[in-house]
Amino acid sequence: MQFLNASNGTEILDELIGVILENRTYLSEVDGAIGDGDHGINMAKGFRLCGEAIEGKQLSLHKALSNLATTLMGSIGGSMGPLYGSFFLGMANAVKDKDTIDAKAFGDMLSGGQTALQGISDAQVGDKCLIDTLTPAIAAYQKAIEAGESFPAALQALKTGAQQGRDSTKDLEARIGRASRLGERSKGHLDAGAVSCCLLLTQLADSTESRLETAAA
Amino acid sequence: MQRIINDPDNVVDDAVKGYRRASPDLYAATEHPRVLKFSGETVDKVGVVTGGGSGHEPAFLGYIGEGLCDAVAIGEVFSSPTADAFLEAFRAANRGQGVACLYGNYAGDNMNVKLARQMAEMEGIDVQTVVARDDVASAPADQRDKRRGVAGEIIMWKVGGAAAARGESLDEVIRLAQKAVDACSSIGVGLSSCTIPANGKPNFSIDPGMMELGIGHHGEPGIEVAPLTDADAMASAMCGPILADRTFENGSEVAVLLSGLGATPVMELNLLYSHVADRLDAEGIKVHRTYIGNYFTSLDMMGASLTVVKLDDELKALLDAPCRSLAMTQ
Repeated sequence: MQFLNASNGTEILDELIGVILENRTYLSEVDGAIGDGDHGINMAKGFRLCGEAIEGKQLSLHKALSNLATTLMGSIGGSMGPLYGSFFLGMANAVKDKDTIDAKAFGDMLSGGQTALQGISDAQVGDKCLIDTLTPAIAAYQKAIEAGESFPAALQALKTGAQQGRDSTKDLEARIGRASRLGERSKGHLDAGAVSCCLLLTQLADSTESRLETAAA
Repeated sequence: MQRIINDPDNVVDDAVKGYRRASPDLYAATEHPRVLKFSGETVDKVGVVTGGGSGHEPAFLGYIGEGLCDAVAIGEVFSSPTADAFLEAFRAANRGQGVACLYGNYAGDNMNVKLARQMAEMEGIDVQTVVARDDVASAPADQRDKRRGVAGEIIMWKVGGAAAARGESLDEVIRLAQKAVDACSSIGVGLSSCTIPANGKPNFSIDPGMMELGIGHHGEPGIEVAPLTDADAMASAMCGPILADRTFENGSEVAVLLSGLGATPVMELNLLYSHVADRLDAEGIKVHRTYIGNYFTSLDMMGASLTVVKLDDELKALLDAPCRSLAMTQ
């Protein structure tokens, strides 16, 4: 059986932070097409501050995710701070007492994040936002686990689900956020939150897969 | 971009500095750089808090003062304050009798206030909320829950602030603030776009010779883009949806708040008001009190927002009570 050692929090967070910082300009460009063009700037600000806070510390996944959550809620206003903040806080709480995270616990962590996010926002699939990436990605992961697939195969399903979800936002008309101003004209562009969510889930899957250990059954 | 700024990314913090230096008799710092509180004498009463994105000056900081708000949290331009900022405003306003958080219906503000309330609860601060939904153009009457909060928020702060100053309980402050904003119907008209300094280019566009009726305070889409009319026709176009939104009996008393959106000269607001008054007269509606000027703006947008408040004796007494702040003194 494969599992992730939960003491790897700082390293995994560093990789999540890295992918946001690398894509700062790209995320703002995506946002600029139909939003106010500050998504990359805001996300990079929050993730960079978290990176500074956890630097040099050996944190569990619970502690590292909690730190990210509180940093995002405290430093990014608007909608993204509370949305991503609750998502990561829900994930953190789901792995609070875990030393190791197997495929089921990883699924519980994702679902914990999703539940926390739904507790704060009424956004639905189809509204053209990060939920459009998150919901199908997590559903694909859970479906793979239920079908008895391996941890790496389920992580692959998470990535594929996230990418399909992200791409689905291109043809959607925005119903929430500033892009809803554009109505019909918001079609033809990806949603910036859906793009950053896809980057984060993909990186989380890759970071997890590269650290999987195998225990004797 | 013809604007008076330093680093466009620091406009909010730079502006807060200016407010504090200009009006030390009104503003005191808190533990959070984006939260200011009233610097005057602290009296034992329910705390009144609001907050929202910057760019609507004099809202929100301009309504800190006597008989109005005790502490205010602000965010980046057109972006909700953080949950931490709202929490610090709750702490700053709390005198042990609870806090009334009176804010507008926007996704980010709803989420950040909700989180801040949970954190305040853990600290033993009782926070109750009223969410303004006075923009008649943002959703039909049967979907009031979806309406955005606009200049009616000012009436909500005025009435809630006066109730708190009078020594009412938290439940009573909340009831009266809710009653006040429920009595408000507002609509905006936009004649030009506006520019967020950090973006450097207009947020959207309104073609020359056109106007957008029902535009939101951040440029959210209105109900109609039409050729620019004269002020008389514009007043009629704005009064129409407001008068249709509720019943005004012959002899009804109202307050009228006509705010510029940032770039329209105050002379033109008064000119526009004259036609609004004609229209209300024709309906047999009596104007008890007017507020005309830049009360709630949208950066450098050209245009105006009209709020009509249907009054009864209870609301009238609270609206007429004295107050002192940067944006409103009476």
